Amino acid sequence: MTEPYVRDFQAFASNGAAGAPPWLREIREGAIARFTALGFPTMKQEAWRFTSVAPIAETHFTLPGSRRPQLALRDVAALSALGAGPRLVFVDGRYEPGLSSLAGLPEGVQATSLAEATRSGPRGELARRHLARYAPWQDSAFAALNTAFLADGAFVHVAADTVLAQPLEVLFLATSGTAVTGAGGPTVSHPRSLFIVERGARATLMESYASIADGLQWTNAVTETVVGEGARVELYRVQREGRNAYHIATTQSRQERDSYLGLHVLTLGGSLARHDITTVLDGTGAELILNGLYVLGGSQHADHHTVIDHARPHCASHEFFNGVLAERAHGVFNGRIIVRPGAQRTDSKQTNNNLLLSTEARADSQPQLEIYADDVKCTHGSTVGPLDQTALYYLRSRGLSPETAQSLVTYGFAAEILGRMQRPDVRERLDRLVRAGLA
Amino acid sequence: MTGKGKRERENVLLEIRDLHATVEGREILKGVDLVVHTGEVHAIMGPNGSGKSTLAQVLAGHPGYTVTAGSALYEGKDLLAMTPEVRAREGVFLAFQYPVAIRGITNAYFLRFAVNAIRKHRGEEELGPVEFMDALEEKLKVIGWDDSYLNRPVNDGFSGGEKKRNEILQLAVLEPKLAILDETDSGLDIDALKTVAQTVEKLRRPHNATVIVTHYYRILTHIQPDVVHVLSAGRIVKSGGKELAVELEEKGYDWIREVA
Ligand SMILES: Nc1ncnc2c1ncn2[C@@H]1O[C@H](COP(=O)(O)OP(=O)(O)OP(=O)(O)O)[C@@H](O)[C@H]1O
Ligand SMILES: [Mg+2]
Repeated sequence: MTEPYVRDFQAFASNGAAGAPPWLREIREGAIARFTALGFPTMKQEAWRFTSVAPIAETHFTLPGSRRPQLALRDVAALSALGAGPRLVFVDGRYEPGLSSLAGLPEGVQATSLAEATRSGPRGELARRHLARYAPWQDSAFAALNTAFLADGAFVHVAADTVLAQPLEVLFLATSGTAVTGAGGPTVSHPRSLFIVERGARATLMESYASIADGLQWTNAVTETVVGEGARVELYRVQREGRNAYHIATTQSRQERDSYLGLHVLTLGGSLARHDITTVLDGTGAELILNGLYVLGGSQHADHHTVIDHARPHCASHEFFNGVLAERAHGVFNGRIIVRPGAQRTDSKQTNNNLLLSTEARADSQPQLEIYADDVKCTHGSTVGPLDQTALYYLRSRGLSPETAQSLVTYGFAAEILGRMQRPDVRERLDRLVRAGLA
Repeated sequence: MTGKGKRERENVLLEIRDLHATVEGREILKGVDLVVHTGEVHAIMGPNGSGKSTLAQVLAGHPGYTVTAGSALYEGKDLLAMTPEVRAREGVFLAFQYPVAIRGITNAYFLRFAVNAIRKHRGEEELGPVEFMDALEEKLKVIGWDDSYLNRPVNDGFSGGEKKRNEILQLAVLEPKLAILDETDSGLDIDALKTVAQTVEKLRRPHNATVIVTHYYRILTHIQPDVVHVLSAGRIVKSGGKELAVELEEKGYDWIREVA
């Protein structure tokens, strides 16, 4: 099942991608070797107990051809999570300068394609120092496959003490081979992002994923984020791909001393979604808010595996994931918290609440604490259950109809997560997407 | 019928006759009779587990209780045939003994739904967010709260006393015709107790009525009840003026139980 990808890789490496610098080519070679060695995960592996990627493994997804769909700026605005403002737009992982708009970015902020950023020069040096240094491509077949096909993607660099006040969006649009060309099989894209926010800088970033066509498609994304000393980052991520999309994602962040990262994850789309999030608190006094919501219906399946790695003392992490599951949807949450030896005074809190709106909906929730330090405060809790009848009755006793009461209690699950998003403008946009998802 | 008798009939807001109710197959209310006229304040006292909350919840329409016999007329209409939301829109309000948390939904957001549901029912125009907030600010002052409580999820993480105050805020905002307060005075500090009393007094209008379920004489010194009832083992076993509350405070319930 891995062989077709190895053949595709050989073609990819000898054709268009051959112009990449040697260091990148070397990483790719290593990555395809790791992919071959690891193979697609199976449900026999603990981390994949609840999620079968057989539909992906059993299909050969090819790289999209050179034909591109014709997109108007108006279409892009409708697919963007923010609707307006500066953005980098990618179609099947490839940068589309004509659809992007970078007006108004302050000095000290570089936003460009990875193809551009990995060329030689000082920028190339920056990319080389960070790219593929954090994402676990040695251990994850999907991250390895993405890295093997790494040619383009988003590159955002915010220089030290720079303030990026307006949210910057990185928008990845996925096409489907058949829908675009009218022929050929399903396609895969490997979106890649590298966000570097240097010491003392502030930034709000949005990473969003949407589909252009509703055909069978696979997105295999990897994002690496570095938050420098004392920097403050709000990173939003919205996945609202089509109902025939497979979405696999690896998000890796590294925080330095006294930094703050608010990572907000919203999963609405895809028929099969798996998101591995690993955040490393790698400097004293760092603070993380990991705030996620999945709203699923039909026969959607979404699996979030999060790892919060407290590598240094005096760090705080607060993780909240809520799930709203209707019809036959299946939500999986696995939250691992690691407190390394010496990471004293760690303050870590994790909760995962799941609301089942039908008897056929299902949620699996697994917390995992691995604590190797003694002076720490760690709490976790998870719930899975139907609508609270007492809450519904309470609302009805105040005059609300049963339907309004139900939609309010349901929306409350989402609102808890939305309420933690610090940017009111972004929150409002996402609130609209969530309401549409709940309707 | 004499003139006085006729007037009294017209002034009946709530008329409960021989009400029996069960929960999980167990009979809790065993024939309750109670008539509340407009303009009156009634107090219901009685031992733990005697059925006071059951009565209150049956009147509000809790789906967990089954009425097996008897009737309850509200403004001459069959209250028991109405859904909980219709009862609320018709002007019945129950301040819960144990208020329920609604996670993720702020007090302000929730209250606007409640107010507009009732306004719509009355054929009044619904309030927009701005008008509503203006109206709400006033009520907040009445109960001595600042805005911060409006932006917190309904009763979520509220202290016991805060939950009770939140019920009073809802009472003040919704201005019901029939308010039933189930131990709203329990767990309140002295100032909050006065606020409850003041809010009830403010609502005391010729066309309204209040039923206060309480264990404490204290609230009744602030709110002068017209009638005091004792509910014991699912029936009202004694009714009297406010002096009955004084007597209960001194003697407890045993002497009445024996009578019953
Ligand atoms: N869901 C239930 N299942 C079983 N028994 C119940 C249930 N709800 C109430 N009861 C019982 O009904 C009886 C009356 O309860 P109720 O709450 O009405 O008492 P109360 O007079 O309000 O008491 P208190 O003064 O303690 O508030 C109690 O014995 C109680 O245990
Ligand atoms: Mg009670």
